[in-house]
Amino acid sequence: MSLLSNTGALLGKELRTEFRSRELLMTTVIFILMVIVLFSFTFDPTSAESRRFGAGLLWLAFLFAASLMLQPCFLREQTNDTLSALRLSVSDPFSILLAKLAANTVFLLVTELLMLPVFAILYNVPVVRVFGQLLLVLFLGSLGVSIAGTALSAISAQARMRELLLPVLLLPLLTPVLVASTQVTAGLLDVEPFLQWKGVGFLAVFDVVFLTALWLFGEYLLEE
Amino acid sequence: MTATDPLQIDGAGIRFKNIEKRYGGLFALRHVSLDVAEGECVALAGRNGSGKTTLLRIAAKLVRPSSGEMQFTWQGDQDCATPRTGFVAHATMVYDELTAEENLLLFARLQRLSDPAPMTERLLSEVGLSERRGSLVRTFSRGMRQRVAIARALLQQPQILLLDEPATGLDPEGVAWLAGTLRKLRDAGCTLLMSLHGESPISALATRAVRLDAGSIVADTQQGAEMHGILEFVGG
Amino acid sequence: MKKQAVFAAVVVLLMAAAAYAAFFIAPTDSRQGLIYRIIFLHVPCAETGLVSFFVCFVANVAYVLKRNPQWDWLGVSAAEVGLVFTSACLVTGPIWAKPVWGIYWTWDARLTSTAVLWLLYVAYLMLRTLIEEPDRRALLSALFGIFAFIDVPLVFGSIRWWRTQHPQPVIMGGPDSGLDPLIFKVLFFCWVPMLALMVLLMQSRYQLEAMRGDFEMVRRESEAA
Repeated sequence: MSLLSNTGALLGKELRTEFRSRELLMTTVIFILMVIVLFSFTFDPTSAESRRFGAGLLWLAFLFAASLMLQPCFLREQTNDTLSALRLSVSDPFSILLAKLAANTVFLLVTELLMLPVFAILYNVPVVRVFGQLLLVLFLGSLGVSIAGTALSAISAQARMRELLLPVLLLPLLTPVLVASTQVTAGLLDVEPFLQWKGVGFLAVFDVVFLTALWLFGEYLLEE
Repeated sequence: MTATDPLQIDGAGIRFKNIEKRYGGLFALRHVSLDVAEGECVALAGRNGSGKTTLLRIAAKLVRPSSGEMQFTWQGDQDCATPRTGFVAHATMVYDELTAEENLLLFARLQRLSDPAPMTERLLSEVGLSERRGSLVRTFSRGMRQRVAIARALLQQPQILLLDEPATGLDPEGVAWLAGTLRKLRDAGCTLLMSLHGESPISALATRAVRLDAGSIVADTQQGAEMHGILEFVGG
Repeated sequence: MKKQAVFAAVVVLLMAAAAYAAFFIAPTDSRQGLIYRIIFLHVPCAETGLVSFFVCFVANVAYVLKRNPQWDWLGVSAAEVGLVFTSACLVTGPIWAKPVWGIYWTWDARLTSTAVLWLLYVAYLMLRTLIEEPDRRALLSALFGIFAFIDVPLVFGSIRWWRTQHPQPVIMGGPDSGLDPLIFKVLFFCWVPMLALMVLLMQSRYQLEAMRGDFEMVRRESEAA
């Protein structure tokens, strides 16, 4: 119970801080927009071509954006040593990680949902008819990115060259998420859309495996 | 009964038993054994890097010692439950991007206090920040931030209060206020363990002083050393 | 020291025996000819690399729980040795692929997963160079090593399920892959010296790391004094 109430209080703080300034969300949205627009120059974005490359491009943009967006996650807590204050206050340090990864999932989903219509229009792929299924994939994929990303941003925040280090650590680790989400999304963007349950299940497995690992080893990440 | 003006607090004691802390093989503390009795006000003196901060962070359970043991004591009982501990660190430990009130409410909720709102209200007025409660901490002066930091540490009505150079950056007025607040806590029975630089109205509160040098205790008023000598010692 | 020299001699003998078996005992493949014999280096390297990474994982978990620097030394030794074997695998793969498939690199499931694996452990070693304080470096890299290793089956699974537009791998493709059973026996025999070599390399690397640890401690002590 105390885990949930602590997580709730901390999640509230994360969301309140971000939605007050919207710095992170704005920057990430603009970054993804930039990637989507620039990518269109690298191939001829006809409807058929976009169906082949669109899903991959979209997820690659999300992944790169996430590896930048997750940077300040723990760095922010260093300014005033607030991480120590949190560790002194909560009974289970896992709640700190849980709140952070929930907040990151929300931030990622918000930016993805803002960018989805732009992607659909620029690349001429219909998304409205598969919106529900797409939302499921976006959620499971973003959750996986956030779980691994939150853990690794706690690591990279304590190293030198952290801005470069986080993508280097995170991107290879997220290969399975990239592969599975791209496959499922490609299926949904097809002329005859279909939901690849195997991929959805795989993403769920990834999320559960990494959440368990974080639960087992998370407290050591926050150690001083 | 209020937080900074309590009638009676059951202070708890701390017992450091042969504490060692190594950072990558380097000693930050070596063979530190120290008994702080309930209700004592102990000043830790020593140069930068002598291990004061490490000792305080071990007492707060933020850092785990490489070897040795730390126990909390209460009326001679060694294995009492972890007492309520407040920690005022060198950094403010509050969020710049939240208001003073939001900060206190957040930490009160995290510590699962039964009545976060009235407690927050009371503390804000006691540290003299009632009027600025809705301003972001970012806009505060150093002295006001330190007041928020102290209010945060007092949220759970600590039995032990740990302070790491609490007077840093405070103007004389702020120091006087802090000394007054700490005096009330000490007189109510709260155990205080604080690291200090030189003599000040705050060091005047100390009932005992201990000097650390290179991670070891080298002088203790309880072993006959002179208080003034320990606090003013600059070292060569 | 002497024991290690004897062990090194045994490893050399075993490798010579394996080379003999690979060149003269294993039958020549009717379709691929002589070049296929590189699998007797390629496959054992891949598998020994995986074994090394498993050792690294065990050392990482042990370090997190016990905080004994010796586990950290073993962790970094295993990761480096694993990278050497994985690199050998990644180099011999294209050498084999060129004459057989006509191209150096195909995005074949096995090759691709091994490449991702290689990247993960390069990241592990890179992380280690970017943290100064030894305890912190040991703890954080151990935690990353744990995350990296549990990612391995997921990487292999995802790539195998979705990225195999190319024909199934020739080796271990199942009982009907049409390979002579003698080839499997030789392959298995070739794995033994590789594992022995792994132990030898890890042992020397561990000794080096232990000396480095001691040296660093002396240096830091003298700096602090």
